Amino acid sequence: MDWGAIFGNAAVELISPTTAAYALAALGLAIHFGYTGLLNFGQAGFMLLGAYGYAIPALKLGWPFWACVLTALAASVIFALILGIPTLRLRADYLAIVTIAAAEVLRLIFTTNEFRAVTGSANGLSEFQVDLLALNPFPPGRYGFGPFVFDNRVWFFLVIAWIVVAIAAVFTWLIMRSPWGRVVKGIREDEDAVRALGKNVYSYKIQSLILGGLLGTLAGILFVLPRAVVPSYFQPTLTFVIYAVLLLGGAATILGPIVGSIVFWVLLSFFSGFVSRAVTAGWFPFMTQVQAGQLRFILVGVAIMLIVVFMPQGLLGNKKELAFVK
Amino acid sequence: MSSSVTPTSKPVKTTGLHVGDAAPGVRKVDPILIADGVRRTFGGLTAVDVEHVEIPRGAITALIGPNGAGKTTFFNLLTGFDKPDTGTWSFDGRSLAHVPAYRVARMGLIRTFQLTKSLALLSVMENMKLGAKNQVGENLFRSLIPSIWRKQDGEIEAKAMELLTRFKLDAKKDDYAASMSGGQRKLLEMARALMSDPTLVMLDEPMAGVNPALKQSLLDHILDLKASGMTVLFVEHDMHMVRHIADWVIVMAEGKVVAEGDPHKVMENPAVIDAYLGAHHDTDLGADSEHVEALKELIDDEQ
Repeated sequence: MDWGAIFGNAAVELISPTTAAYALAALGLAIHFGYTGLLNFGQAGFMLLGAYGYAIPALKLGWPFWACVLTALAASVIFALILGIPTLRLRADYLAIVTIAAAEVLRLIFTTNEFRAVTGSANGLSEFQVDLLALNPFPPGRYGFGPFVFDNRVWFFLVIAWIVVAIAAVFTWLIMRSPWGRVVKGIREDEDAVRALGKNVYSYKIQSLILGGLLGTLAGILFVLPRAVVPSYFQPTLTFVIYAVLLLGGAATILGPIVGSIVFWVLLSFFSGFVSRAVTAGWFPFMTQVQAGQLRFILVGVAIMLIVVFMPQGLLGNKKELAFVK
Repeated sequence: MSSSVTPTSKPVKTTGLHVGDAAPGVRKVDPILIADGVRRTFGGLTAVDVEHVEIPRGAITALIGPNGAGKTTFFNLLTGFDKPDTGTWSFDGRSLAHVPAYRVARMGLIRTFQLTKSLALLSVMENMKLGAKNQVGENLFRSLIPSIWRKQDGEIEAKAMELLTRFKLDAKKDDYAASMSGGQRKLLEMARALMSDPTLVMLDEPMAGVNPALKQSLLDHILDLKASGMTVLFVEHDMHMVRHIADWVIVMAEGKVVAEGDPHKVMENPAVIDAYLGAHHDTDLGADSEHVEALKELIDDEQ
């Protein structure tokens, strides 16, 4: 068995652009769920708006990349307002119901053949990165060290992705240590108490929804940059996986989502490589190659369950908090 | 138990608060809060139906009444946590009708809750700092630049520390609020309310679930509020405490104000006794002599 290749492939996930995109989406959820206590189950919807908000103006209108990013962010703010204004005055569960439904509505709208000319329907959109790639400072070719050998295109997206993640992490850290962050954390604990202290809870919840959504939208852009935009990426499972990443790392932490995403992708790649090679080597005679492809998700699921059972605070969470959580 | 809650010094009662006879809805010399025709129904049940009531400024007013009298609902209505069907009410001359709860709080009317609402996974100090008003760093964009809010935050922390020391919670300042006992949370909630320098403090059952030793210090703190010029309105079931610290008592029953007066006289008011014990509490229901006599005669006849 080629252990070198298994570990090599797993190591690649340490820094891959997809890992960065999941980390950023999870950071958005940390703002929503971990800090403000908003149950947003539609992070996939925010990511979808990022992907299409970037790709459609780039392909159909020929806009420069920065205008495409702004379009995506504007769409995200509007989406957050539509979701938040009617639901954030209600109990927390209503936001969960509305967001999961709204994200599905978006995905189906982008899948339907009705708008094929714009959205590409189920086939999606590709080659929308041309404008951005013109700025690629890396010379053509494949290079790197150890297992980290990529072509210049991947290096470029990888660097952009991690720079964006770093900026977002610093931004989140800054706001969460400020009095703004204090209010938001108070809302998570008991919004009536915060209201009684003269804070406009509704406004803070909307701000938080928009902010976390914007990070989700940026994550959507980062996620599709190395690939094509296809609506089936943005299934509700994507949101659940991002929740898993968040809980894995620690819900109310800055670095938790990033560590969680790295651990998740490295584990996934490792199990995938291991199981598929093990089947080829005849270690699991009862299993076909296709079944092996599914087994990796089972193993990752078990690994996450173990972490959540034995470390409910997540990898970076504060263990002290657990003493008071029933 | 009663003896253990008696404060060491006898509180100075404020008198001469009302104009005319102490009847329900009596006018006050200097009211801080005036409610008119406030009515709230839940389906067919009228929870609150207050015709007119005035809360005197600079005094401690107790709102008492049996369970289900509508005291907490009335609190919620006054502070914007619930909306009445009809009615107007004003605080310091400004109308409070249709004003959301957070704006009511900003005007200087701060409340606490019957079930304490300490922010469990925030430290005691963070709980306190949250209570301060007009923080520049609570704006999202300004929060990004610490140099804008750091100085104010330091002042707020100093003030919080002072209050925590007064409430003897300073040793707990870095602990999670969740780690405190029920009584300490009551203290924290009261201290937090004081962070905003309120003019009217509304306490919903401040003594519920508090041990006698802590009651003692809570009583002193409430008296301190009055001494530092604040007006206090509180809901309470502990009559001994009401008699001891309240300057004025408003009695509610079935949603209405049934009596008002100074704490000693109001307890003798028949309406108050009825409200607590029922109107027929002194009627002997055990042996109905007339019927017994009639029954005896009947039996005699048959024999």
